[in-house]
Amino acid sequence: MSTAEAIASSPPLLSVEGVTKHFSGVTALSDVSLEVRPGEILGLLGENGAGKSTLLKILSGVMPPSSGRIVFDGADYAPSSPQDAKRHGIVTIYQELSLIPTLTVAENIFIGRAPLGPLGLVSWRGMEDASRAIIARVGLDIDPSTPVSSLSVAEQQLVEIARALSLKSRLIIMDEPTSALTETEVQKLMSIMDRLRKDGVAIMFVTHRLEEASAICDRMTVLRDGRLAGHLDRDGQPIQIPKIIEKMVGRAASELYARPTQRDVAGAVRLSVRGLRTVRDPLAPHAIVLEGVDLDLKAGEILGVAGLVGSGRTELARAIFGADRIAAGIITLDGKPIAPASPADAIKLGIGLVPEDRKHQAIFAALGILNNFSIASLGRYSNGAGFMAERREREALAGYRKALSIRMASPEQAIEGLSGGNQQKVILARWLARDPKVLIVDEPTRGVDVGAKAEVHQILVQLAARGIAIMMISSELPEVLAVSDRIVTMRRGRITGEMPGIEATEEKLMELMALDRKQEVTQ
Amino acid sequence: MTSTTEQTERSGINIARLLMSFGPLMFLAVLIVIFTVLKPSFIDPINLFNILRQISITGLIALGMTFVILTAGIDLSVGSLLAFCGMVAAVVAKGGTANTLSLSTTGTLGYGWFAALLAAVIVGALAGGVQGFAITRLKVPPFVVTLGGLTVFRGLTLTISNGGPISGFDASMRWFGTGLIGPVPVPAIIFAIAAILCHIVLRYTRYGRAVYAVGGNAEAARLSGLRVDRILISVYVIVGFFAGLAAFVLSARLNSSEAVAGIGYELTVISAVVIGGTSLFGGIGSVGGTVVGAALIGVLQNGLQFNNVSSYTQSIVIGLILILAVAFDRWLKSRVRR
Repeated sequence: MSTAEAIASSPPLLSVEGVTKHFSGVTALSDVSLEVRPGEILGLLGENGAGKSTLLKILSGVMPPSSGRIVFDGADYAPSSPQDAKRHGIVTIYQELSLIPTLTVAENIFIGRAPLGPLGLVSWRGMEDASRAIIARVGLDIDPSTPVSSLSVAEQQLVEIARALSLKSRLIIMDEPTSALTETEVQKLMSIMDRLRKDGVAIMFVTHRLEEASAICDRMTVLRDGRLAGHLDRDGQPIQIPKIIEKMVGRAASELYARPTQRDVAGAVRLSVRGLRTVRDPLAPHAIVLEGVDLDLKAGEILGVAGLVGSGRTELARAIFGADRIAAGIITLDGKPIAPASPADAIKLGIGLVPEDRKHQAIFAALGILNNFSIASLGRYSNGAGFMAERREREALAGYRKALSIRMASPEQAIEGLSGGNQQKVILARWLARDPKVLIVDEPTRGVDVGAKAEVHQILVQLAARGIAIMMISSELPEVLAVSDRIVTMRRGRITGEMPGIEATEEKLMELMALDRKQEVTQ
Repeated sequence: MTSTTEQTERSGINIARLLMSFGPLMFLAVLIVIFTVLKPSFIDPINLFNILRQISITGLIALGMTFVILTAGIDLSVGSLLAFCGMVAAVVAKGGTANTLSLSTTGTLGYGWFAALLAAVIVGALAGGVQGFAITRLKVPPFVVTLGGLTVFRGLTLTISNGGPISGFDASMRWFGTGLIGPVPVPAIIFAIAAILCHIVLRYTRYGRAVYAVGGNAEAARLSGLRVDRILISVYVIVGFFAGLAAFVLSARLNSSEAVAGIGYELTVISAVVIGGTSLFGGIGSVGGTVVGAALIGVLQNGLQFNNVSSYTQSIVIGLILILAVAFDRWLKSRVRR
């Protein structure tokens, strides 16, 4: 308690005062203030588009603020470049790691400042010895001459943190550091963050994962629509997640994820998967493979698939959809065995997939909404000679525009110009146009703003009511709980549990998604 | 408040988008005006048709290249393939390589122009198909496959022709290169018809939609059920077909198939497509743009020639314009994005 008081009374290491940032007429950040003190972990939270990345870019020297003042360590702080920010002692670790994969751990840590020997040549021995000591500080026990490309994402992240420490950094900004980590790796990172905090390093932890933020942050600053939504303090016990959500969305969490009314799910088994295994790619030995998945999906139900990143949930979707190679197992659709060798095969059979990564896997950024909409059903909207029947196509789009309330200017508008939620609705319309029997949606509301999330959920429920069998993969447990009729959990390429939606709670699901937990408790 | 800013932004975007689609056309108009002012006889129909005849060979190949570049591919082999197809056409037209260097213009020993045309386009399409197969199945990048093709087809051409030309075709074949319909040169008409067909295919058919989609985002196209490999192979078949057609027209025009024909054409062709606004990264572009791009290069060459600018200087100017055209395009896009 006394240390906490000491921290609270110590002068801030970083203080941001009324910072505003405009981009050609758009205000990305408006009058935002916050403070970080030495030896504390400040959570920076907010929905997508809340202004977190803009603030990070300003702090890390990528761009200057339009107005406002930043004070670091008692002096005005206006970095001219990311290098300059590092010189001041602020290091930012981004989601896309900045290590050079072909170089070794030691070379990466000492990049641009390799210790020199007597002849002015690089002292490899000195570099590796020093590296060993540096990475030990973050609990890494690997040979510093290992090339970075052969490390796991978690290990690479630790190497980056180690490098930051070796640069005498006093503030480490971590942008979504846990998004690609397994549960155990997250725990490890957390304990290292805790250790750094005790060493007096200040950490700014930018994350979407409220559980993690709640567990580790001393204080939180929440942004909403580019403005400060509020500060939260730990006060001796973890900051309550509903409080965070309320600040983030500006309304109570219970409104956000209102559970749809209980529906009758009568349907027969549509899709059945038995003993599904995928091929291990020798070029990607760390990639997740399915290790024998059994699953039934009924007509008219929404099956929630909950699992952390790396649990195999996306791999399951891709295997069913014919996008990844299957090593063993049987898939049947309406009782008939199917073996889709490509997405085209799966689509012909009546399966649709709304992929996880909208930007890279679903949208055609340069094309208009109309072309994006109809790309999976060109046959339906063209005549026998191969000419597009544009009038029919436009009518169909107009129908979905109304039914899904897609907010757009015109069918020719580039899809890039739409918000994430409206883009996702166009992708949903793309599959609805095919009238699928099975629709797999992978992270349907990723990058979708809060208001549109509820709309997407409503759409999924309506589709299920029409008899479509829906498999919804999501890492957001509240979403899984809100929409699913039945829930299965996955971990390490296997199904680890199943329960009806009404019986599920976040706690039950978390336990099934992370079975290791029990072992950790007993340790 | 927000709606008004949105609206002004939208109109700003429209101006930029308008410039993006009509920029090259406006530049072409400006060039024509400048050359006409410099030398009024530039605008004579005779000269204009001359330009059309000049651009029709590379223009035909550029039409095919538009399909390839729309898929984010490239074909460097078109110049060599043109020479190869021309040689094949000559061999068929004349009934064998034995007639090499025959000066007979009335000889009817061969299989006639139709068989020659057919042979040229079929060989071109097949050669494109083989390259497309290597790109999709062997996973060798288009740049490398067609760089290899550039050497292979030139070597094949030199092999069948023994290094020399095959010359002397009958009048019915030569008509395709030198004939006129009214005042309009036949090659220009062939180019115009081909351009219209390509435009229709890209703009109004499901195949065209698929080409744009594959170029715009190949992974999303695959996950939308498109047979990406087949579409990729098809665009190389198309550019090969056009190399064959262009070869036939060129041989007919020169009354000779040269083993060294088409050297460097790939660069002119790619320049025309890129100046016309088609993105080398795929997914963006149009046949109209390519026609304008080809015309731009033709007008520049002809106009500079007209004003006694040396061909050395012409090269410098065309190279610089290529770079400026892309820089301008980039600049416009950055404005649209923002």
